[in-house]
Amino acid sequence: MALHEILMAGFGGQGMLLSGKLLAYAAMTQGREVSWLPSYGPEMRGGTANVTVCLSDKPVGSPYISSPRILLVMNQPSLERFVPKVRSGGLIIVNSSLVPIKADRDDCTVIYVAANDLARTAGTVRAANLVMLGTLVGFSKIIDRETIIKMIKKEFKAKAKFIPANVAAFKSGYQEGTRARGGSR
Amino acid sequence: MKKIFASTEALVDRPTHYCPGCTHGVIHRIVAESIEELGLRERTVGIAPVGCAVLAYEYFNCDMFEASHGRAPAVATGAKRSRPDLILFTYQGDGDLASIGMGEIIHAANRGEKITVIFVNNAVYGMTGGQMAPTTMPGQYTTTSPYGRDVKDVGYPVRMAEIVATLTTPGFVARVSLHNPKETIRAKEIIKRAFAYQAAGTCFTFVECLSTCPTNWGLSPREAEKWLEEKMVPYYPLGVKKRPEDFQEEQHGAS
Amino acid sequence: MAKVLMKGNEAIGEAAIRAGCVHFFGYPITPQSEVPEYLSKRLPEVGGKYVQAESEVAASNMIYGSAGVGIRVLTTSSSPGISLMAEGLSYIAACSLPVVVVNIMRAGPGLGGILPAQGDYLQAVKGTGHGDFQLVVLAPASVQEAVNLVILAFELAEKYLTPVMVIGDGMIGQMMEPVEFPIEGVGPPLDPGDWALNGARGRDKRIINSLHLDPEYCNKINMDLKAKYDRIKKNEQRWELYNCEKPYDLLVCAFGMMSRICKTAIDELAQAGYRVGLFRPISVWPFPYATCKQAMQKAKRVLVLEMNMGQMVEDIQLAGQGTREIDFFGTAGGKVFSPDESKEKMLYSLKQAGAGKSRAGVSQPSSKSEGKPKKKKAAKTAGPAKKRKAR
Repeated sequence: MALHEILMAGFGGQGMLLSGKLLAYAAMTQGREVSWLPSYGPEMRGGTANVTVCLSDKPVGSPYISSPRILLVMNQPSLERFVPKVRSGGLIIVNSSLVPIKADRDDCTVIYVAANDLARTAGTVRAANLVMLGTLVGFSKIIDRETIIKMIKKEFKAKAKFIPANVAAFKSGYQEGTRARGGSR
Repeated sequence: MKKIFASTEALVDRPTHYCPGCTHGVIHRIVAESIEELGLRERTVGIAPVGCAVLAYEYFNCDMFEASHGRAPAVATGAKRSRPDLILFTYQGDGDLASIGMGEIIHAANRGEKITVIFVNNAVYGMTGGQMAPTTMPGQYTTTSPYGRDVKDVGYPVRMAEIVATLTTPGFVARVSLHNPKETIRAKEIIKRAFAYQAAGTCFTFVECLSTCPTNWGLSPREAEKWLEEKMVPYYPLGVKKRPEDFQEEQHGAS
Repeated sequence: MAKVLMKGNEAIGEAAIRAGCVHFFGYPITPQSEVPEYLSKRLPEVGGKYVQAESEVAASNMIYGSAGVGIRVLTTSSSPGISLMAEGLSYIAACSLPVVVVNIMRAGPGLGGILPAQGDYLQAVKGTGHGDFQLVVLAPASVQEAVNLVILAFELAEKYLTPVMVIGDGMIGQMMEPVEFPIEGVGPPLDPGDWALNGARGRDKRIINSLHLDPEYCNKINMDLKAKYDRIKKNEQRWELYNCEKPYDLLVCAFGMMSRICKTAIDELAQAGYRVGLFRPISVWPFPYATCKQAMQKAKRVLVLEMNMGQMVEDIQLAGQGTREIDFFGTAGGKVFSPDESKEKMLYSLKQAGAGKSRAGVSQPSSKSEGKPKKKKAAKTAGPAKKRKAR
C-alpha cells in the first residue's frame, strides 16, 4: 500500500481538523508514517478550515498536497474550491446535508452522505465530522474501524458522556461507506 | 580613635569618570553602602545602563551586567526569574529609563518584579552631550532644545515616580534628591529600604534620584545644586509615593 | 518511548524541556504562538518559569539576563518578532552567552502574512543584527528533526557559548507529525562554569559586558569571536544528500520544508526515469560549502527552490564558484510550491541541461545519506532517537 493523501475541508468548527487528527493518530499507532497539516490563521476563525493528512509506509515527503487523492467536504465553498483539484481516479465524499450541489467529476468516485442527519440520529449533530470520517474508512478501508473507535474514546476521555454519540456517528458513517463500496462494484 | 568614614566594600576602590559636581558618585556610594549594610553584596547582580553610568559595572564591587539602552529592567527580569535567590538592581538614567526604556520599566513594575530600580533623573542626556531628555524642565535649554523646552511642541516633563506609582501591583516607589546633605541622608534611607524590601521578597522597588549635571547645565556644582532645588524639586515632589503596606487587594476577576 | 503525534510548535517546547531548559521568555505571534501556550502550561509542572514579555525586544533582553546568570533559556518568535530581537541577540553574541532562539518564519516583508515562508534566511545566516557576529542556524524539515535540532541547539550553544537559532517555516510549527523524544524527563541544568553572574561569593566580581571603548581590545574581542566561528565552521556542518548515490543529471538544492516537497517531486520524476538528486543543508550556518560543491560537480545543472525570492541561492553560488549553471525559482507571501509545481521547475532545468529520461529505465529513488560531524556526541542527537537518561 502506498500513499494516501486526504484533504478534509469545511467551516471552522465543523471538526474536520479533529477528524484528520483521529485518522493520523490511528495510523501512527499502527506504525505508519503520517502528517497532519492544517490551514491556519484567519481562516480558522469563522471561515473555511481544512487539513491535509498523509498516510504512508515510508517517510512522508511533502505534507503539502495541491491535488489530493481523497477529498472530504462539509460545505459548498469547500466543494467549489477543492473538487477540481482532486486527482483523477480519486475519491470525493460530500456532506449532502449541507451541500446542495453535486461534485462534477466523472473521473472520480463521489459519495454523498447526509452527515448532519445521520449524526443527529446518532445523538449529536456535532458529530457530523465523524460520520464523514466513518464513510471514508468504511469505503476505503485505509485503516481498521476499531483503531479509530479507540482514538475517539481517547479523544473524548475527559468528556466521556459524548463518547457513545460520537462512536455511533462514526459507525453510521462507516456503514454508509461500506454500502457505497458494495454498490460501486 | 573612632572611625567615622570608611570606604564601602561594595564599591571598587578607583576613581570614577564622572564630572566634578555630578551626583552620580554620591548615588553609587549610597547604593553600595545599602547593599553592604544589608549583607547582600555576595548575591547582588547590578545592571548598568547606557548613558553616563554606562561604566557603573567598573565601580560596583559585585557581579555586573551591561544592558542595552533602556532594557535593564528586562535583563533584570530574566535574571531574577531565573535565579530568585539573587538581588538584582538596575541603575538607569532618564534617557535610558524614561525614554527608550519606558516600556520595559512599566512592565517590569507591573509584573511586580522583585528588583530594585535606581533611576537617576538629571533632566538632560549627559553622555551624548546635553540633549533634551523626557525629564528636561519646561524652558530648559539643551543642545536639541536650543530655544528652551517648548511644552506645546514636546509636552511636559515625565514624572516617572508618579507614573509607576499608579500601577495596581504592589510596589515601593519614592523620589529623593541629592542637592544637600540632609536630602542625601534621606536618599540613603529610602534606597536601603528598597533593597530591604527586595531582600524580603516583598515587591518591586523604584527610587527616583534627582541629580545634578553641572557640565550640561552650564553651571558650577554649587549653582547646580541650587538649580535642582529651585527648579526641579517643585516640579518633581520628593517623598514616598507608594508603599507595599498600603496595598489592598482588589477583588476583580474573570474566571 | 512511544511516538506521540504533536504539533511542531508544541514539540519544540517539549524538546527544550527534555534538553533541560525550563526557562522561557517570549511573546505570542502567529504562527509560533503554540510554543508559549504550551510552555506556559508545562513549565510550572517541571519547576520552571514562563514569562510573557511585553515585546520581543524585552524578550531578547530577558534571555540575555537569564543566560547571564547561568540558566539554560529559550525564546521563540516569528519573523517580525525576530527583527525586534536583533538587539538582544547582538549583545548575547558579543558577550558569548548560550541561548536558543526559534524562528517559525512567516511571509514578509513588513507585517507580511501569517502563512509559511523562508524569507528570513539571509537575516538568520548573514545579518541578524548590528556588528560582526554570527548565529549558528539549523533548519529542520520535519517535526522530529525540529525536536532533534532544538536539543542539538542547546548542546552547540553551550559547547561554543554562542546563540543558536532554529529556523522553520509556518508549516513546521503548525503541522502534526509523530515524534519521539530522545531524552526522557527533564535534562540536567546548565553548568555555568566560570562565567555566570551568580554572586561574587568568595571570588572576584564578574562583568558581562559588550562595551569596549579601547579599539585594541574591541578588535581582540572580534578576533576571538571569529576564531570561535572558524571552529564552528570546521566542526559543525550538517547536511543531507537524497538520491545522490547514483548518477544524477540535476541537483536540486532546498532547505527546510521546501526540501521535503522536492523529495516527493524527485521520487515521482524517478518513477518516470529522470535522474535528480537533492542537497539539503541542515546547518544553514555553517553552510556545508564543500559538500555542496562536490554534489554540484556531479550534476549537469543545479536548481535552487526556495520559499523566498532567492536567498540561499547566494550560498549555492558561492559553493559552486561559477562551475555550474544555477536555476532559481522562488515563491513567497505564503504561497508554497506544490510537488507538481516543483516537478515542473525540475523538468525545466533538466531540459536546459539537455538531460532526458535515463536509458537504464526507471531509477530507484530514496537512497539517502546524512552528513554530520564525526564526533560521537553530535551523532547521538542527529541520528534517529537514541535514548538518553536524565533526571
